[in-house]
Amino acid sequence: MPTWSTMRTALAAAAVALTVTATAACGTAGPAGAGGGGLTLWTLENEGINGVQQAAVDSFNSGEGPDIALRTYVNDPYKAALQTAIGSPNAPDVFYNWGGGNLKGYVDAGQVADLSAALDANPAVKDAFLPSVLDVGTINGKVYGIPMQGVQPVSFFYNKDVLSAAGISTFPTTWQGFLDMVDQLKGAGVQPIALAGSQPWTELMYLEYLLERNGGPEKFQAIVNGTPGAWSDAAVVTSLRQIKDLIDRGAFGSNFSAVNYDNQGSQALLTSGRAGMELMGSWEVTSLNDNFPDFVKAGKLGWADFPAVEGGAGDPKVIVGNPSNFYSVAASSSDVAAATKFLIDDMTSPAYVKGMIDVGQVPAIKGLDQQIATGEFADYNQYVYKMVQDAPSFTQSWDQALPADVSQAMLTNLSQVFLGSMTPEQFGQAMDAAAQ
Amino acid sequence: MSGASHVDVARPGFGWVVPALVFFALFALVPMLGLIYLSFTAYDGLNPPVWVGMQNWQALAGDQLFLDSLRLSGMLTLLSWLLQTAVALPLGVYLAGKQRTRAVLAAIFFVPQLMSGAAIAVLWGTLFDPNFGLASVLGPLVGVPDGNFIGNPSLAFYVILFVISWQFMPFHTLLYQGATRAIPESLYEAATLDGAGRWRQFRSVTVPQLRDTIITSGVLIVVGSLTYFEIVLILTNGGPGTATRILPLHMYIEGFRSFQMGYAAALAVVLLVIGTALSLVITRVTGYRQMTSQREGM
Repeated sequence: MPTWSTMRTALAAAAVALTVTATAACGTAGPAGAGGGGLTLWTLENEGINGVQQAAVDSFNSGEGPDIALRTYVNDPYKAALQTAIGSPNAPDVFYNWGGGNLKGYVDAGQVADLSAALDANPAVKDAFLPSVLDVGTINGKVYGIPMQGVQPVSFFYNKDVLSAAGISTFPTTWQGFLDMVDQLKGAGVQPIALAGSQPWTELMYLEYLLERNGGPEKFQAIVNGTPGAWSDAAVVTSLRQIKDLIDRGAFGSNFSAVNYDNQGSQALLTSGRAGMELMGSWEVTSLNDNFPDFVKAGKLGWADFPAVEGGAGDPKVIVGNPSNFYSVAASSSDVAAATKFLIDDMTSPAYVKGMIDVGQVPAIKGLDQQIATGEFADYNQYVYKMVQDAPSFTQSWDQALPADVSQAMLTNLSQVFLGSMTPEQFGQAMDAAAQ
Repeated sequence: MSGASHVDVARPGFGWVVPALVFFALFALVPMLGLIYLSFTAYDGLNPPVWVGMQNWQALAGDQLFLDSLRLSGMLTLLSWLLQTAVALPLGVYLAGKQRTRAVLAAIFFVPQLMSGAAIAVLWGTLFDPNFGLASVLGPLVGVPDGNFIGNPSLAFYVILFVISWQFMPFHTLLYQGATRAIPESLYEAATLDGAGRWRQFRSVTVPQLRDTIITSGVLIVVGSLTYFEIVLILTNGGPGTATRILPLHMYIEGFRSFQMGYAAALAVVLLVIGTALSLVITRVTGYRQMTSQREGM
């Protein structure tokens, strides 16, 4: 799942060019070290956020001790480059990651420094983070990742004009109400939901939320734990049947599997009024603002929580998405103490937090209600901040939480369910087999 | 033919091939050996490779995606060769004419060759957007009312075939153009004297004279189609579902997305063997290796 808003087709192309290079140069994809005993920090490319990161690095470098050099990567090749560099002489000292299962692989390989002691020595820093987010950087009770940018929950984004033209005044809060809305929009001659189905991670968001609503967090926890049969659980099958019901009602139109998110195919449906809504991560707002500024400036963009499922075991306040992204320190770093000091000193510093807010991020830090309520996206940011604070738990996107091979199989099989070439039961069996 | 070996031509000695051999050993043989070793290991790129014996190779037989991808790659290779040859050969012969209009057309036809594969994939991805792209306009005219080409499992493969061919046809056209220009005028003059018309000349002079070019171009297309994947990666990412997951893409996904490098190495070895075998078979069956002259008696 892209974790930042400005993924462009050009970037995607560059990503592929880099990936191909990385494929060719397998194992040596990492850039050369900074040399001279300096530290390197690897992060993802993002115009706004990189500026804030650079400022934090500059402030750290102006002090005593080793200097940090910032290296940026685009999304897709980053994971492959990191995977091959960690544990090699080319490893970064501080690296960007997604927490959860993604980070656990590195922790299990003994490649990540334990930050618990440093946080315990600085309780003010530890207490500054939202607990549900810091949890995702915590593996086996020890903190290995420090949240370093905004929270990214998933919610519905809708076109206010389209909904009101179809006679819908408030976004439904129940699944039955949601289905009624879908039928109503269909009756009004618009495609109810835009779905970028050529990228299965957009389809995954429906399964993530529905399983959470139907079965509660234990169901996905069982999947994460690798419990046999967890994928064939009745709640998973029910959730997939609800998705199938949506498809059969024509909620996503007929050609969704050819629609792409990275070239704004689904956003164009939403903003042109040909579709009513899209389920997407919080980066949707800045992304829409970049690509369809008139739509956002005219105040046509609405947002709403994923509805509750009647009779479901889950708490409707639970959210899914990317709790945040994290910085971790490589165990092999030439100066673990200095790298840790950078994270402890700068990730909660007022300048860093303000910088992040200024570029549209909602940092995973407590007590920002006043600060969040300013700027271009104040309304949305307040909504997100409240949503995250009210959430009893924040389930990490499954494609980040699960091991890479299971995640790939899941995305492939899920796209088969959306195409109608696999039944919910077959999906469960295929995934139980893949998870073994 | 045997007489030729007795002719004492001063050929360069073995020393001349040493640099090339060293290069080949370093950048082809050594990685290949490494690849074969990896195919017997479980390796995630993070932890050291662990020897697992035949496990990856046994897994191949039970991997339906592998069998499907093998079939798709075979189809892509065969159809690419047919389609590209069927278009590039006549086009190259046509463009071999000396007229100025043909020179201009040749320059235009060559444009796709100048673009990077990634750019081409992004371009066609936008054109094939079912709601706002060219697909939404042309789709209804050809029986696809919702413009769903790349999202339809039975059509997406042909879109891939089309875009890949679109990219590489100019190159093969160029090969045929150059080769046609190298055919001696005298052959056509003689054919004309014998009363051969244009079609007869094409069939009995041009095509036989292009024999070696057809084989060269064929080997390039066959081996290229087997290993090529960047357009598929960007345009459909192997989807919808697994409808366009060709063998090299399956290898890439297993290796660099699932981090099953050992299994991906086994897939790579399969690709390597098939590619080498195919090019050997083609050159042997067609007699290309003998490099017999097409101009005996001239």
